[in-house]
Amino acid sequence: MKKSTKNLINIALLALMFVVLYLLEQQFGRRSMLITVLKKGAIYALIAVSMNLLNGFTGLFSLGQAGFMLVGAYTYAVLTIPMAKRAAVYQYYDGGIIGFTVPAIVGILAAGALAALIAALIGLPVLRLKSDYLAIATLGFAEIIRAIIQWDTLGPITNGSNLLKTYPTFKSVIPVFAAATICIGIIVLLINSTYGRAFKAIRDDEIAAEAMGINLFHHKQMAFVISSFFAGIGGALLAMYQGSLQANAFKSSMTYEILLIVVIGGMGSISGSVLASFLFIAASEWWLRFLDTEMALFGGTFKVPLLRSGFRMVVFSIVIMVIVLFFRRGIMGENELWDLVEKRTKKAKGGAKR
Amino acid sequence: MKKTLAAALALVMTLFGASALADTVKIGVFEPASGDNGAGGKQEVIGIEYANSVVPTVEVGGKTYDVELVIVDNQSATDKAVSAAQELVDAGVSIVLGSYGSGVSMAGGEVFADAEVPAIGCSCTNPGVTSLCDYYWRVCFLDPFQGTVMANFAKDEFGAKTAYVLSQLGDDYTTGLATYFAKAFEEMGGTVINEQFTEGTSDYTAYLTNAVNGGADVIFCPTSTTVASLLINQAASMNIALPLLAGDTWESSVILDAAKGTSLTICMSTFFDENDESSTEAAEFVKGFKAWLNANADKKTNNGGNDIVAAVSALGYDAYMVAIEAIKAADSIEGAAIAEALPTVVTTGVTGSISFDEIGDANKDMAYIKKANTETVAFDFVKTQTVAELAE
Amino acid sequence: MFDKILPYLLSGISVGGQYALIAVGYTMVYGILRLINFAHGDIFTAAGFFMVYLCTALPVQISIPLVIILTVLLGFTVERIAYKPLRSAPRMSVMISAIGVSYLLQNLMWYVTGGLAKQYPTIPWISNSITIGTATTKVVTLITPLLTILLVIALVTIIQKTKIGMAMRAVSKDFETAQLMGIKIDSVISTTFIIGSLLAAVGSVLYFSNYTSVTPTVGAMPGLKAFVAAVFGGIGSIPGAVIGAFIIGICENIIKALGYTTFSDAFTFALLIVILLFKPTGLFGEKTSEKV
Repeated sequence: MKKSTKNLINIALLALMFVVLYLLEQQFGRRSMLITVLKKGAIYALIAVSMNLLNGFTGLFSLGQAGFMLVGAYTYAVLTIPMAKRAAVYQYYDGGIIGFTVPAIVGILAAGALAALIAALIGLPVLRLKSDYLAIATLGFAEIIRAIIQWDTLGPITNGSNLLKTYPTFKSVIPVFAAATICIGIIVLLINSTYGRAFKAIRDDEIAAEAMGINLFHHKQMAFVISSFFAGIGGALLAMYQGSLQANAFKSSMTYEILLIVVIGGMGSISGSVLASFLFIAASEWWLRFLDTEMALFGGTFKVPLLRSGFRMVVFSIVIMVIVLFFRRGIMGENELWDLVEKRTKKAKGGAKR
Repeated sequence: MKKTLAAALALVMTLFGASALADTVKIGVFEPASGDNGAGGKQEVIGIEYANSVVPTVEVGGKTYDVELVIVDNQSATDKAVSAAQELVDAGVSIVLGSYGSGVSMAGGEVFADAEVPAIGCSCTNPGVTSLCDYYWRVCFLDPFQGTVMANFAKDEFGAKTAYVLSQLGDDYTTGLATYFAKAFEEMGGTVINEQFTEGTSDYTAYLTNAVNGGADVIFCPTSTTVASLLINQAASMNIALPLLAGDTWESSVILDAAKGTSLTICMSTFFDENDESSTEAAEFVKGFKAWLNANADKKTNNGGNDIVAAVSALGYDAYMVAIEAIKAADSIEGAAIAEALPTVVTTGVTGSISFDEIGDANKDMAYIKKANTETVAFDFVKTQTVAELAE
Repeated sequence: MFDKILPYLLSGISVGGQYALIAVGYTMVYGILRLINFAHGDIFTAAGFFMVYLCTALPVQISIPLVIILTVLLGFTVERIAYKPLRSAPRMSVMISAIGVSYLLQNLMWYVTGGLAKQYPTIPWISNSITIGTATTKVVTLITPLLTILLVIALVTIIQKTKIGMAMRAVSKDFETAQLMGIKIDSVISTTFIIGSLLAAVGSVLYFSNYTSVTPTVGAMPGLKAFVAAVFGGIGSIPGAVIGAFIIGICENIIKALGYTTFSDAFTFALLIVILLFKPTGLFGEKTSEKV
């Protein structure tokens, strides 16, 4: 297939996706569970892809994602709370010390930028570490970031321990998908560029990569900063989705969840991460909900055993363990959806010729 | 064939029950059943459930609607609260009651406001719950008042000049109440030592030592009951002589169990006293509620295994009654219409008369101060405190 | 002056002892499998719940040994189910599996307990108060460091003197060569997990006698800190882990005493990062080129 036709098909497919989303929203209403799951799924897809860039494509086992999301989420919220509401939000800090408000889009970009900046600083020392030491150091940094944000002395900026809210949020599912699509698109372009090939070379064999003339530290730093940039944007979108924000939610368990999504989708597969995000969110928020409510059949005479609050998460984590143990390559392995489609079409064509 | 069809039909009928036939209005119950505030949340829920057993129907537009409670667990966490609130909205509730814990209420408020479903807070005392959300009302007093009450109590009762104030990092309720206490205490000329602990802390001995070494006369620690039981236990084993003061969360059997047999002085402010016989509504409620608890074993377990009436149960009851009144006043089961009618509702609840100001807060002006009796394992009533008395 | 510091030191040493018992489990598993066993903190928590539930039916004296047996079984099972099938997989996969196990255990405990804090039973004598100088504390505070040191001495003796100990050392030195020399890798690894879980169970009895409420996530923080202690002392080294744990326990309490309570957890992680950067092998770790 020619490159230009391929691009055309891609654009057409994306346009179709947005039309379908619009129709779904019209049909089911923007507060329905379907739309909610789609919104959260898109945000998690972006965050999972950003983590995959680091863990799956560059082979850097980082567990700091929640920390960078936290930076992004707070940057966005702090910068965009309307002036009129600041006095009420910063009720213990006399309205805070930030004397201006920026538009939402600027806030989102600033969220990514600050997360990237902090990643650059943290990366300088940390990226010299390897595998599990890197993991535990980034995990530690995420915890330190959380403590700093909650620090009372920074209260006039971050509101300390208290909830941030009243910042602008999105109502429709379209802007979320637009933001996530653009960001994931940029990551895909990056991975298909020479930089992306360098990342993969580092993942497969560091020493060989270095011998080929790839500057290890430079490229690792780059992957780390870019991944954090998008994690920051993802954090800002998550803050918008939730409508309120508190540092307490961004614990290491959040990073673990995202890591599990990446593993389920397949380390080193963008489309895998995206698919897995939607499945993960739909299963945990929607499809398995019924496991949490007690159910009585036959007019209440027979109580279905085991069903009560918390059972959903047990079933869910067992499913995850099964995938981790028996389907180690995840849904997609290292393949991409579009490659698979292309292979199919090529095969079909080849068959026709003969 | 006909036989199987009939059997299948009968099965379907029993499966869906009779509820599908009658008209129902759904009231959402947004409370923690797990996490740090799970114990308190459960007590609030039983208050609401009891109210539902007393008034199970409501008249709207000349038709009788069954009231169905939709109960979700917000797990005492602000991020989980958002999905829990979403679940309520998705279930199509007309109005929401709850939650125990201010942080989760504030987080859920955004979802309710977006869906135009009004919510009535039972025991969430942080000002931000109503001031930052147009769809939130509440039936209890606020933290600025509660903090001032306890600061006065510390000064008057214990002659305290220095107070050690301990709050949980990342929790709206405890940091808020601690801030208001500290503010009031400093305004009266006292000195405050402010410290915070992180979530999941188990060792409080260093904090208690800091309080003693800092020369504090009282410790004000408005924590969750989970933390409280650790704190009390360690204070007891360290033989801390300083009085422990706290807010409404501490009026719980968890506190009594932890303090049993110790020599600690533990006092807290709360919304309600079951032995207060000045109002007939309250007396009637206490009698009925105790009988209901004793008749329902699982509800009694949720109350901590005894039939002591917790203030939050009384507030849950009141919130339910206000919701019913609002539905009647609106003469509709649409959330937006109920929200419009809510500000006009005036009722006499078991925790006093309830009417709302323009922010959505109940005009409540009295707090009850209680002391944990470590021998009888019950709460002793100490005194009441009103806004007017504080102003003097 | 000393009067004022004593309570902090006491609780620092006690906390340090508890971290040490968990840290030994981390460091042994890491020494042999090169795996950060993220589920170790949850096994510690599970031991706490075993005690809570057993004590509702049985007297304390019978419950404690049963708790230890159950915890050991749990540790053994986790290894067999979640780690053994991944023996030939990349290290990252095993670590992800460990995170998965931790996720599963936490959710399971949440489900069983309904997410509410459970009161830990009072164990006679060790829960009593005792006064030393100006400080009053629980007896368990004093027992913890002593018992920790005794257990660790016993453990070191096992590793130095017995056959299985020798096998463990061989496996941690060189996994493949040890296998070729006829050492049964699987049983060595199982033994490691059994010892680690046993110490975690003892640690949990001491820990929860002091801090009497058990929640599903209570083990996460002590677990992480114990891991930091293991790294600090030089991962793979048992005395290193113990000394690291005591240092962290005491430092943490000194930080609190100085009034920086907000940063008592963050400090631990800052220490970790500093150590990793400047002395990656920790205080007592062996120098290898492979680690960092």
